[in-house]
Amino acid sequence: MSTTTAVVTLDVTTAAGSPSPQGTPRRRSHLRKRLELALLLGPATVLFVAFVFLPLIAAGYYSLFDWNGFGPLVDFVGIDNYTKALGDPLFQGAIGHNLFIVIASLVVQLPLSIALALLLNGNIKGRTALRLLVFTPYVLSEAVTAVIWLSLLQPHGVVDGLLEGAGLGGLVQLWLADQNIVMFTLFAVITWKYIGFGIILFLAGLQGVPEELREAASIDGASGWQTTRLIVLPLLGPTVRIWIFLSIIGSLQLFDLVWIMTLGGPAGASTTMASYLIDRGFRRYEFGFGSAVAIILFVICFVFALFYQRFALRRDTQGAITGRVE
Amino acid sequence: MNTRSIRKYVAVGAVALMSVGALSACSGGGDSADGATKLTFWHNGTADPILSIWQDAVDEYEAANPDITIDVVPIQNEDFATKIPLALSSDSPPDIYFNQGGGLLATQVQSGQVADITELTSSWIGDLGAAAGNWSVDGVQYGVPYASQVVGFWYRTDLFAQAGIAATPTTLTELNDAVDKLKAAGIAPIAVGGKDRWPDAFYYNTFAVRECGEDVLKKGLAEADLSDDCFTKAGQDVIDFIATEPFQDGFNGTPAQQGAGSSAGLVANGGAAMELQGTWDKSVMQGLTDTDLDPLLGWFPFPSVEGGAGDPSATLGGGDGFSCTQKHAKECADFLKFLSSDDIQTKLVESEVVAIPVKEAASASISDSVIKSVYDFNSDAAYVQTYFDIALPTGVGSALNDAVANLFAGQGTAESVAEAVKAAK
Repeated sequence: MSTTTAVVTLDVTTAAGSPSPQGTPRRRSHLRKRLELALLLGPATVLFVAFVFLPLIAAGYYSLFDWNGFGPLVDFVGIDNYTKALGDPLFQGAIGHNLFIVIASLVVQLPLSIALALLLNGNIKGRTALRLLVFTPYVLSEAVTAVIWLSLLQPHGVVDGLLEGAGLGGLVQLWLADQNIVMFTLFAVITWKYIGFGIILFLAGLQGVPEELREAASIDGASGWQTTRLIVLPLLGPTVRIWIFLSIIGSLQLFDLVWIMTLGGPAGASTTMASYLIDRGFRRYEFGFGSAVAIILFVICFVFALFYQRFALRRDTQGAITGRVE
Repeated sequence: MNTRSIRKYVAVGAVALMSVGALSACSGGGDSADGATKLTFWHNGTADPILSIWQDAVDEYEAANPDITIDVVPIQNEDFATKIPLALSSDSPPDIYFNQGGGLLATQVQSGQVADITELTSSWIGDLGAAAGNWSVDGVQYGVPYASQVVGFWYRTDLFAQAGIAATPTTLTELNDAVDKLKAAGIAPIAVGGKDRWPDAFYYNTFAVRECGEDVLKKGLAEADLSDDCFTKAGQDVIDFIATEPFQDGFNGTPAQQGAGSSAGLVANGGAAMELQGTWDKSVMQGLTDTDLDPLLGWFPFPSVEGGAGDPSATLGGGDGFSCTQKHAKECADFLKFLSSDDIQTKLVESEVVAIPVKEAASASISDSVIKSVYDFNSDAAYVQTYFDIALPTGVGSALNDAVANLFAGQGTAESVAEAVKAAK
């Protein structure tokens, strides 16, 4: 970050400090640039400050009080809320559930969406229809998805019926009621919903792989698999890194699906950090405590995002956040 | 500067102005210029018949009071818990909102937004009898009920007959027998909406009403201290009862009231034989099936528990009502007076949304014999204990529900509910 500032400052001083032979036009263009920046960034900055930054500060402040949301903030408890949250087995479990979704997404969804994207990128019959089909679940809102799957997954419901019809009755589980199954069920629904997004992203990435390279590879006698492994996949790198970023952030903030399908139950077996936060904040009216949980969630996401951008996305976003490499 | 960049500036400027406009548009509301008072009215009757009853009542009230307009906002019951604290900490809470009284109301009163309507209602609140007491905190009236409720078993008479159950259970032993008979007949005996947690808590609460004497119960809840032995017994009763496996498959994932797969939907569609629920449940069930449930549904109170210190005629219950916020307390109180009129009370009773009206006069219009038996049971009850999660301060009440839900998921001991309450206090 500091490099960016340094570079910008340097630019500014050289621009302002050196009397240009052209004089006025140069200065005018500089003014224009500033105006442009102010106009372009202004609205976003106002929204960011009003709806992200200020609430964050407020939450940080509330988190230091034992407060039920009503009346004045009088009961200052310092970092008690934080130690209480981090020491609560239910919250520890929630962090574990989020990590499970993070890892399962990387292990299952990533290879699956790349494979499907490669398949849909090839010349197969009904390609457009298939692309449309896999993308459809992504268009549904998470709440709608949750309500649909909640009804499908009821005991003796549609899913159980289909499995039994296919002679797989032995696989039937209490999808949402069994504490050992519920996270896997939720993960399956998440995958169903978000796989289309990954596929579309990777299809777009595949368009960026120059046809010439594949041609050259095939002239050199590379097999289809070799071309995919040595040419296509490495060139898909930036897209993969972005997908991983979005997937992890999404997994850490998982809420809607869980809240509608299980409310974090049974017995906290599907509680996520966000559902824990809403449950304690809004259902128990523990707004100070809920704010502390929100801050913990924010710090986890923020630190991850910072490190990921700094190290993993460095090459992809060069100059934007990592400083210009001369 | 060329035309293109000018256009760009104009566009950006327009966007900036719009966002500022959008921000300022967030505030506002209140009274219109022509002197009419505009009230917002939040209720939880999202489905007919109660949806129409409230809307018709508002239309009628507006016609009689041309200077008042009421903006009706139906909100799904489970969403109320999250919307109310937000609204009460904002500058523009609803003027009239659904409320269940008790400790929940006492918690909300701390916001300073809930209006004291003691004087505004003093001339007529007495007509509502004892029910109104649950809407006062330290002698101050903060709301008006429109219905009383008791918790008992709704059951399918056809499925009971099919299982060969001659009479409804009056003791826990008889209930366990009935459960066995239903299981033998291949019928899921009891449906419970474990996902929503509060239906689980009905079992613990009711067992506590059976195990504890009235004084111990009232004192325990008033002090949020459930350390008396009788509460431990109630916890053990719950564990023992779950061990008899009386509930439908996957009950910990079943919602209480939403959809045919919910516990109410299961009973309504014959998928389970009974459900321990409040008096409102019949109208919820009727909304989830096309079959006319009148000839199929029966009701019996929670059976007595052998050796329990509680009065077997006491019951768990509560009520539904509305509270007012400061800004339009006077108008709100007048509207609530209108809502508790004999006429509206009768409509609520006739639609079977309300089994136990707060106005005795309206009980004359109860036509269904089952509903009448519920009404009579309430009239004859030794006392009605408010649902524990409503009677306790909100945070403690939710902790209790969670702890009971954990028992249903096989986690915890007979003492764990009392421990959770102590920890949340």
